[in-house]
Amino acid sequence: MNDKHLREIIDEMEGASNIQGKPWVESIERRSFLKLFGVAGGGLVLAFSLQGKNTALAGLVEAGAGSAEFVPNAFLRISPDGSILIYSKSPEIGQGIKTAFPMIVAEELDADWSDVQVEQSPVDEPVYGRQRAGGSRSIPDGWDQLRRAGAVARAMLVSAAAQQWGVATADCVTEKSVVIHRHSGQRLGYGELTEKAARLPVPDADSIPLKRKTDYNLLGQRIPGVDNYKLVTGEPLFGIDQVAPGMLYAIYEKCPATGGRVEGANLDEIRSLSGVTDAFVFEGNGNADELMPGVAIVANSTWAAFSARRHLKVNWDEAEAAKDDSEKSVAQAKKLANKAGVQTIRDSGNVDKVFKDAHKTLEAFYAYPFVSHAPLEPQNCLAWYRDDGTIEIWAPTQTPVRAVGGVSNTLNIPQDKITIHLTRSGGGFGRRLFNDSVCEAAAISKQVGAPVKLQWTREDDMTHDFYRTAGFHSFKGAVDLSGKLTGWQDHFITFSSDGKEPVRGGDISEKEFPAPLIPNFRLTQTMLPLTTPCGWWRAPRSNGIAFAVQCFLHELALAAGRDHVDFLLEVMGEPRWLEPSEEDALNNRPDFSPSRASSVIKLAAEKANWGGSLPAERGLGLAFHFSHSGHFAEVVEVSVDKNKKLKIHKVTVVGDIGTIINLSGAENQCEGSVIDGLSTALGLEISIKGGRVQQANFDKYPILRIGDAPQVAVHFIESNFHPTGLGEPALPPLAPALCNAIFNASGHRVRELPLVKEGFTV
Amino acid sequence: MPDFHLSINGQEQTVKNVDSSTPLLWVLRDNLGLVGTKFGCGGGFCGACTVHINGMAIRSCSVPVRAAVGKQITTIEGLVSNDGVLHPLQEAWIEEDVPQCGYCQSGQIMAAAALLSKNSTPDDSDISAALNGNLCRCGTYTRIRKAIHTAVSKLNVSKSQNGGGV
Repeated sequence: MNDKHLREIIDEMEGASNIQGKPWVESIERRSFLKLFGVAGGGLVLAFSLQGKNTALAGLVEAGAGSAEFVPNAFLRISPDGSILIYSKSPEIGQGIKTAFPMIVAEELDADWSDVQVEQSPVDEPVYGRQRAGGSRSIPDGWDQLRRAGAVARAMLVSAAAQQWGVATADCVTEKSVVIHRHSGQRLGYGELTEKAARLPVPDADSIPLKRKTDYNLLGQRIPGVDNYKLVTGEPLFGIDQVAPGMLYAIYEKCPATGGRVEGANLDEIRSLSGVTDAFVFEGNGNADELMPGVAIVANSTWAAFSARRHLKVNWDEAEAAKDDSEKSVAQAKKLANKAGVQTIRDSGNVDKVFKDAHKTLEAFYAYPFVSHAPLEPQNCLAWYRDDGTIEIWAPTQTPVRAVGGVSNTLNIPQDKITIHLTRSGGGFGRRLFNDSVCEAAAISKQVGAPVKLQWTREDDMTHDFYRTAGFHSFKGAVDLSGKLTGWQDHFITFSSDGKEPVRGGDISEKEFPAPLIPNFRLTQTMLPLTTPCGWWRAPRSNGIAFAVQCFLHELALAAGRDHVDFLLEVMGEPRWLEPSEEDALNNRPDFSPSRASSVIKLAAEKANWGGSLPAERGLGLAFHFSHSGHFAEVVEVSVDKNKKLKIHKVTVVGDIGTIINLSGAENQCEGSVIDGLSTALGLEISIKGGRVQQANFDKYPILRIGDAPQVAVHFIESNFHPTGLGEPALPPLAPALCNAIFNASGHRVRELPLVKEGFTV
Repeated sequence: MPDFHLSINGQEQTVKNVDSSTPLLWVLRDNLGLVGTKFGCGGGFCGACTVHINGMAIRSCSVPVRAAVGKQITTIEGLVSNDGVLHPLQEAWIEEDVPQCGYCQSGQIMAAAALLSKNSTPDDSDISAALNGNLCRCGTYTRIRKAIHTAVSKLNVSKSQNGGGV
């Protein structure tokens, strides 16, 4: 396609001012258009043309003499040779979205999966809608959009075939990338239809019927990850693998206590070291999400930068720096345990009366520590600031659009000067919601006027994280004579950096389970001061709260002389829908359903042989939790010997997340959540002393190893609800299920994590 | 700074002007562009940087380049045969859909490949012992174990087809 043709199409787009359709169609901007079509790219030039109201995009790609590609929307490109390219729009951090998203498009397209290739889309929210990985929201948010992207394309291919044959579209069906005329049996492959389909007006996406679940061929199957080949052969996929011509390598040293300023550093000595090209100080902008004070060393190799750093001497001014002490905070929280919280978050029914009238009351104090995200790929970023004031960035981030905002703030340049390329991430877990390393790389590249790859060490990553906050719950519960749970009180002790709001991930909802299920419920809160930054860690809030709440529920069940499963089912009560709560309903539908909860609890008990006989020193423990729209129950089978050595025999996971997209990916997320939950509950803790994090590498932060990983059995109740995400909700029930199992096996009640603190080992 | 002559994936390579203390990891990544070998911890705790040196699984972050001279080095890129055929472990990793984020997997595969080269019928405890130094933050251990067993079956089938030789 020549420039004149392209110009005409752009003009046509700009003229089509009154387009109605899905948000991702109607808000295409010229900037996005140009970027998406990769005009400078080799060989192919993509084009969308807009043809007035209620018709969106007819895509035509000149793919060489006499052939054309069919590009019905920004997600999809079908070549005359029958190959189908699907763009995945969201960050891949290990949650499998790069496989799941294209499966949704391919299902509605009725594509043969073996024809499909997948690429990461450009970062462009006006075109693609939400492009973030967080809150397990990608699947529920993308579900309709992606189904319709596939369905529209399929409808156009059917129309093209019907036209060619002179038959009605209603007489045509599709199957594995082929349109078939039912009566004559004539067949046309999607590749044979691209040119004709590309010239058709694009129908209104809402007018196209979507498939029924019973007609799915691909969704629900086990499909291996689309990047698997590249991963097992070592191809460059990750942020750390990116290179640019003339690239320099950098480290950035910040004060070990958050907020410390650089008073002075031996920069001259550092600059004289072998391989070092520059060294300098940044004051930073005071925002831990962006650029904190520190010293950059730039060198001609990673190792030269790392080596020079060993000689770096910085005088830190720590007047304003963190003085946090996690051990003292625990002591403080314990002192507060018997008092009511400063703030009342919920006080429903008559808690005092129900405690007074109770058959039995029970009190307990639960604590969980700070933990680090510790993704295996340490933070890194390649940034290339150019003389014309633009900057190009390659980053492993969960929030590419937020990264652009951060770089804009840090460099004080407009966002349209910033281009970001999203790479695969070597783990996220919430760490890469923050783009501090991106802002640092951008600032360093601007300073030296060259492409720079910033590489954090493991020590940087572990000591400058946005930690999962520690938390404390001082509970009191009441059961009546019939063994029914009648009252609940929780004094939640958390942290705040400003004295007003809890730290990120350290808040609790007034509707936090089991609040909506118990008529007499009091939740109060006290906040302890904290300067060290905290952030959202896989299944934020739930990852700690579930441990405390689900263990205490087990304690109450035992106090009431009840079977834990019966007691939980009674708490759930009659099948009904509960009000959406901002805490748990991270998308609008579907919200917490006691009937879905009861179903997963019952099936987990059944699959784990709940109530069956067990050898001595062995126990089963169960826990339920609802988060991120997922209902999960888990049962852990554990042996505990007299030396508190644990042997975890089996973990049973039962989840209801509605329709399953990729069964293999879904099972993998559950298996991984169990291992992550177990690893964290057993041995992981970040402690802070004098504002300094005390653990810096995996020797002091013992992630679970293969020899200690249990067998995990995953079962889904595949309800007909819309699918919801799975990066998070399978994690929270693990810790309480494990601790309940330990109690049932040994009589030892664990109320403080990690388990190593109480002498347990694996 | 000196030059070093290395034998990597069956090819002689010269890296110029490199500090002799540079870990093999960074020579592979920065000088030779072999980025399948990953940086995870820099202290030999995580195994993401595992390569083979004379057939042994070694943490390349902890081996200075000078110590790698004169030895046969194999990286994940070199596990694929010259005609592009994947190692049975690589095939099994794809089939069993092992990776989540995938960052640790080249190290896991290299550790497993070193195991299989010495023990063609490893049991679960052999696997645990050989791979205990390789962290997977995503927790894909169940699948890693399964994929190794799958690869072992593949190897044994190919052995019997080839009359016993591998």
